[in-house]
Amino acid sequence: MTIEFNNETFRGDFTFSNSQRAIERFPFPFHEDKYMYAVNLEPHVAFRPGSVFEQPFDVDEHYVGEMNDRALVLNEDPLRCQSLPHMNIAGWDLLELIMTSKAASYPQWFELHQDGDRWHWINRPLGIDDTFTFMDNATLPYGPMEYILRQTQGDFAVLDQRENNLWMDAGMITTQADWSLDFDLGMNFMEWHGPVPLAHEMGIFDRALKFLLNVRQGQPARRLNWTMTVNPRLDTSPENYHKWGSDRMTVNADNVGELMHLRVELQSFWRLPRSNALVFPIRCFLISLQDLATVPKWGRRFHRVIRDLPNELADYKGLTITRPYVIEYMSQFDDGAETSPGIFAD
Amino acid sequence: MATKAHAPTTMIEVEVVAITVVSDIIKRFRFEPVDGQPLPVFGGGAHVVVEMQDGDTQRRNPYSIVSPPGTTDHYAVSVRRDDVGRGGSLYMHNSLQVGDRLFISHPVNLFPIDHRARKHLLIAGGIGITPFLSMMAQLEAEESHFELHLSVRSDGGFLDEIHEHYGKRGSFYRDDRGEVLPLAALLAGQPLGTHLYVCGPEGMLNWVLKSAHDAGWPSQNVHYERFLAPPVGTPYEVLLAVSNITVKVSAQQSMLEAIEAAGIDAPYMCRGGACGQCETKVLSFDGELLHNDHFLTDDEHAGGQKIMPCVSRFQGRELVLER
Repeated sequence: MTIEFNNETFRGDFTFSNSQRAIERFPFPFHEDKYMYAVNLEPHVAFRPGSVFEQPFDVDEHYVGEMNDRALVLNEDPLRCQSLPHMNIAGWDLLELIMTSKAASYPQWFELHQDGDRWHWINRPLGIDDTFTFMDNATLPYGPMEYILRQTQGDFAVLDQRENNLWMDAGMITTQADWSLDFDLGMNFMEWHGPVPLAHEMGIFDRALKFLLNVRQGQPARRLNWTMTVNPRLDTSPENYHKWGSDRMTVNADNVGELMHLRVELQSFWRLPRSNALVFPIRCFLISLQDLATVPKWGRRFHRVIRDLPNELADYKGLTITRPYVIEYMSQFDDGAETSPGIFAD
Repeated sequence: MATKAHAPTTMIEVEVVAITVVSDIIKRFRFEPVDGQPLPVFGGGAHVVVEMQDGDTQRRNPYSIVSPPGTTDHYAVSVRRDDVGRGGSLYMHNSLQVGDRLFISHPVNLFPIDHRARKHLLIAGGIGITPFLSMMAQLEAEESHFELHLSVRSDGGFLDEIHEHYGKRGSFYRDDRGEVLPLAALLAGQPLGTHLYVCGPEGMLNWVLKSAHDAGWPSQNVHYERFLAPPVGTPYEVLLAVSNITVKVSAQQSMLEAIEAAGIDAPYMCRGGACGQCETKVLSFDGELLHNDHFLTDDEHAGGQKIMPCVSRFQGRELVLER
């Protein structure tokens, strides 16, 4: 299948848009008309051809635009990509995982030729054609993790596993929903989840950690998470809060459908071989409420979810100020009809 | 998206392409993938679970991969024959032939290298050398600083090979020559940032761990892998309440193997009582739970509400599990 890569921006004039195909394959995160935390993990296996669940690392029409935005973020703030010294092997593990996966998933765009340790990598959408020596950092323009993640959609946390815990010891975080790698670097799983309301009391993190410690090679897992963002802005980092924090004040009843975006994270979990690290890709998908509402089931359900969301969760999901506008806007798409189970459009 | 506790276990079909006699009690088996696709890359210290069809009994035993990490055209495992065990190693030694096909799991690593270490001190006893063979190959490729101290009964076959590859980084202590591993001196003489790795028989493992603790080593710098095989016992029955079936566990079988033989895809990882993955809730029992694992606490063992079916057994009238 051929895809045109969009020429688009995620800042300034915000020319980001979703094609009809991108709307149809959007990973709508609500399987029922209400929302509460759940660990909701499932095996990350190929599922529904054409969906974002089909390939290990999905590449879509936003690929080139997202990589351009990432380069801008890194240029302004190199600390968005960090790797503690003991995570170098994990970086090579990750490079190998992504290159072999993408070359198998999208041979028209990516090619990997391995001759012993001599590797030749071609990335056509980004115009990259490099030859390097596997495990030799000096043969790449960046460290192995940074090199491959400048070519891969989604944020990545690379977690060291030791002492029955996971440690945020490396990552590339440029499209985050208001959290900071520089702040979290070196923290363990319980520490970096400290700010999440309600879930600790529910024992969610104990169960999730136990699951993640046991993720096995060859058996990746995935889940969806979501939040809300004003404008299709990828870089909603705490470091740049001064640039986007006031955006929410611009939302009103007239522009809410255009400005407010549902932001869905397709999170997956992979065991890396040599390092035994756990890599946690957080792939962000954005959709405006007006585009979301073109799918009738999603319009109905999203209205009900936001209307009935507990207040603590509404705050955490970035809806404190804008929630009344969102509910009012979405109500016009909710005729009260029953919705079918599951996340996919009818 | 529905919550699922674990993925179905994916297995890889391999063919036995070579069997090498390493010593009078150790054989090395070389497996190549039947489909010709590269095997998954693994890390030093990883193991695979080998599935064996031994007559009517299906066994799944974990063995460390001893080929060098990075090798994807084959895996090798070394198996020590246990004449009084449950029969898995006897099957490997006496029945498995070149050309036979069997299934193995993806690699699992419960004994990985800690890359924070500035030096790696490896201490092994007997067949406990196996995870260190792949670990040393990886450490060497990464140009890391390490030394191995291996205690053996006699020349068990590995010594020449290790000496040839690693020279004076490998030291050997032979019981038959009255040589003793100088543990106290080793533990006292390491540079700051050294990590200790231990694998070997229970008695040796406990000796090394206690000595390291007493010498003030931080627990974060001490790593170990126990080679605990499921013990044999007397036959008994288990009622699996969720599946609503009764399973017979024979004397040579583990509870986990009996559950699997009944067609139930139960979670597991180490199959040696260490990792906790197969933890199962005990709903009721009338008799005695014979806990053999190292995962549950003493209180949990006494509490009678959980069991690790990979190594633990039961003696008595009735046992009901939530499975």
